[in-house]
This record gives sequence, structure tokens and C-alpha cells, in this order.
Amino acid sequence: MDLSAVWISLKTASVSIVFTFLLGILAAWAVVSLHREKLKMVLDAILTLPLVLPPTVAGFFLLYIFGVKRPVGEFFLDVLGVKIVFSWGATVLAAVVISFPLMYRSARGAFEQVDADLVSAARTIGMNEWRIFRKVILPMALPGVAAGGILAFARGLGEFGATIMIAGNIAGQTRTLPLAIYSAVAGGNMESAYEYVLILVGISFLVVAGMNWFTAKERKYLGRGGRK
Amino acid sequence: MSLEVDIRKDFKGFRLHVQFHSDGQPLGILGASGSGKSMTLKCIAGILTPDSGHVVLNGRVLFDSKRKINLKPQKRNIGYLFQSYALFPNMTVEQNIACSLQGSRQEKGPKIRELIRRYKLTDLEKRYPAQLSGGQQQRVALARILAYEPEALLLDEPFSALDAYLKEALQVEMRNLLQHYPGHAVMVTHNRDEVYKLSNHLLVLDEGKKVSFGSTKSVFSRPDHLITARLTGCKNFSRAKQTGENEVEALDWQTTLRVEGPIPPRLTHIGVRAHYFYPSEQNAPNAIRFLPLEKVESPFEWNVLFRNADAAEDGGTIWWKYAKELENASSPKYLAVQPRDVLLLENT
Repeated sequence: MDLSAVWISLKTASVSIVFTFLLGILAAWAVVSLHREKLKMVLDAILTLPLVLPPTVAGFFLLYIFGVKRPVGEFFLDVLGVKIVFSWGATVLAAVVISFPLMYRSARGAFEQVDADLVSAARTIGMNEWRIFRKVILPMALPGVAAGGILAFARGLGEFGATIMIAGNIAGQTRTLPLAIYSAVAGGNMESAYEYVLILVGISFLVVAGMNWFTAKERKYLGRGGRK
Repeated sequence: MSLEVDIRKDFKGFRLHVQFHSDGQPLGILGASGSGKSMTLKCIAGILTPDSGHVVLNGRVLFDSKRKINLKPQKRNIGYLFQSYALFPNMTVEQNIACSLQGSRQEKGPKIRELIRRYKLTDLEKRYPAQLSGGQQQRVALARILAYEPEALLLDEPFSALDAYLKEALQVEMRNLLQHYPGHAVMVTHNRDEVYKLSNHLLVLDEGKKVSFGSTKSVFSRPDHLITARLTGCKNFSRAKQTGENEVEALDWQTTLRVEGPIPPRLTHIGVRAHYFYPSEQNAPNAIRFLPLEKVESPFEWNVLFRNADAAEDGGTIWWKYAKELENASSPKYLAVQPRDVLLLENT
């Protein structure tokens, strides 16, 4: 078994969840704060698209945008000296794009569930919007946001279709666990496949358990303990 | 000191159009649910935006559709006590209060301690809202609002989340607070007792429109509108038409009643509060021959449903309430009502 796949997968999932988490929350807050209903619908559709598209199609679009012969890809290569396609960075890009809608939608739902009176009350006592977001909306929406984080991380960890399109399947470089499983099975190496599968299941389990523990701890204020 | 409100807002199937002026004495807004009373408060606080009109507080324009002025809630300096109190569940009592204070932690400390003391929250500083009783939650909410030193205080059904026992005690506290509060206080409720206890002026709303406005005492004693009479607790109504200078015919009760004029030209109904009937002789003014239909017991009084025995079968029924001490008066021949106790009402 080649342990580099485990390492690459963990690195990709960890780095991509940071981007997904922040971008998803900010996008959700921005959309929730919009007052124009039509614009809201259009934006929502665009931000959700990667979730409904087959991952290979999403990967195809990424290739189309970031390919070295395309304007954006060319810009990254010539000006910034970064080649995105078929590099480790591409595995992160694919994971972020594919897992982003899960984070965005969960966070948006959680923000919309926050009691509107709390936000209005915060405004009437002079709290500015950013402070309201940090002190009231985000803490109140935390369970939903955390659940979104779990989903997004799991989705990023399991990302296959878009990754293989834009990052390829280069052992030791872009071969994440799902790709390693595919390659092992394709090569008839079932022993390795079992091991990779076991590791993937283990990581997924640990992540969910950890998030649940964290959420329970953060919500202690809802308990009625201490009341006399 | 003045608060001037003139707002219109259209919803699907509902139009809010409220106009009033307050000189700083506690103002009550009474209305059934869905009459637009909370909406009015939200428009004043800037939580909702009216379609047109203006809101001017102590000479400061908060909203003016013509001049395109619409201050954010943060800039209005208006306190809003929500029905649910809207305390932040993720913050302790002192963190909740600190939210409405400006400045560094050192500057906030003494102010918070002073508010905690004044609102009788000592030893509860570290508790979360879920660990407080309804009355304590209301005090935290008030402390948080008044820490911000608002020029106006809007109370949205302030007692509806409390049980009856707590309610009475807190109404006394609230009364004291409002009497000493230097700004405008506006309270909305559907409860006539609350509004009578706490407000000096009263605005009655129905389906988004003003139906009565005046001093609370006078609106209660001489309601001019059917809706107002009903909201202030009158149970008995009859369609009516004027038959003399001081005389009306109660069409549903099929009797003629002497009233204390002047009779409004647009009279459509008369009303008589259930308490105002009294046992009488046949020759007393406004005597109605008593035909009891039903008797319902409540803790301290009897409620008797009766109708005019001289009326046809379809004569309208009337409620009579009397204290239980008067048990021996239970089956009089006649019930009468003083001419001044007949309310002259219109219904537009």
C-alpha cells in the first residue's frame, strides 16, 4: 500500500475545508442579507450548480477555465507562475468547488432559521451588522453551520470525478484515496483497495464524531442546568 | 417632546394606515390580533419600512418617504421590547446587557453593575436566559434596552409571555418605570386591563386603521365606535336608530332606551356593559322585562344571559354580570340601565 494517497487526501480535504467553510459562510450571509428576491434566486442557483452537475461536468468546466491555453489558466501560469491543472492545487480546487454548495446551503438554512426578532433587537440597541453576524447570527446558527462543515469535508474527502478531470491521477502527487481505490481495483489489487477503504471509513467516522462532540459543547447554554 | 407618526404600508389584502401624535405621556395601542399594532411599532423602530408617510421623534426625522429619509434602526435611538424579549440565548445576563453599551470593557463594567442592581438581577449575572424566569427575562430585556438610553420605548405585548400571577406584579413595576421614564413610551396590546393600567392616552386600531383616539379614561368611559367598545370589554350590542332627542330604539332588543345625548348623527349601534344592568321596578327608566336564558358561574360573579321578555322570539340576547354577594337579587322582574351608561356607537 502506498501511504502517499492517505497523506494527499488528508492534506487536500483539510486545506479545502478551510476555503469551503469560509467561502460558504460568507456567500450564505451575503445571499441571506440580500433584499432583492430575483437576484437572490439567480445567485442561489449559480452557487448551488456544482452540487447538481455531475462532478465530471464540473471538472470539465474547471478544465475549460483553468486549462493552460485558456485566459484564466494562462494568467495563473504566466503572471503568477502557477500551473493549476494536474497539480496538487487542482485537487484542492476540485474539492472546494464540489463541496462548496453543501456548505453554502447548510449555512444559509441555518442563518435563515435564526429568530428574526433577535436580529431586530440587536439592531435597535445599536449593534452594527458585522457585530450582529459574529455575536448573534453565527453562534445561533452554529449547529447548522457545523453540520454543513461535516458534509462539505466528507464530500471533499470523497471527491473523485472533478478531481480526475482537472488534477489527473498521478501517484504521489494528485492521487487521493478515492483515486487510489479506483486504481487499485482497476489493477486487480484488491488487498490495497480494502486497506484504502478501511482508512477512508475510519477518517470519515472520526470527523463526524468530532464535530458532534464540538457542537454539543458549544450549545451548553441551551441546557436549563443551574436553575434553582 | 413629541413623536409624530403617519405611516402607510400595503400588504396583500391588508392596508396599514396609522396616524398619531404623542406628547410624551405613555400611549397605549389597543387592537385585536392582526389589527396592525405590532407592525406600527416595527415601522417606528425601523424594523419594517412603510411605503409612505413620516416618523418624526423630538424634531428628528427618522423616516420621510417624500424626502427619501429612512434611518437604520441603529440610528433611531428607539428601544423595542419584543413579545418574546429577544434575549440572546448564547450570552449570559451581563453579556446581553453589555451588547447595548459602547466603549471598552473597563468602561462598561460599572454601568453593567449599576443596571444589574437597578433591575434586581444581582447574582444572576452569569446565568443564560434559558435559566431565568419569565419576569427575570423581562427585566434583563428592559435593562438591555434602557442601557442604550433610548428616546422612545416601544413595548410589544409586554406581558403576553407571562403567567397571570407574575403579570400583576410586573405591571406594577412597569407602571413605575413608565412614570419615571423620560422619553416616549408606546405600548401595544390586545389586553384592556394592561392598557388601562399603563397608558394615559389610547389609540384603538382595527384592520390597520385608527378607530378611536383620546385619553385612556375617556375612551373607556365613552367609546365612540363599536370596535372600541368591544375591545374595552363591552359585551352587549344592539343595532339602533335615533327616535328622539335623547331616545333611541334598540332594534335587536326591541325596546326604546333613554340615553344621554348628544346622539351622534352616524349612530348605528348602542352598547351596554354587562355590569351596568341593575334589578329595578317596572317604572324605572330603561327597564327591560327579564327573561333568564342561561346562568354561568365565574369565580367572583354570576353571568346571566337574558332577553327582553316583551320582545319577539328572535329578540337579541344580553349578558348581565353581578357580584356573588348580591345572590338574593338573582331573579328580578326587571333589569334597567342608566341613560348615561348606554354607549352610543357608530360602525364604519
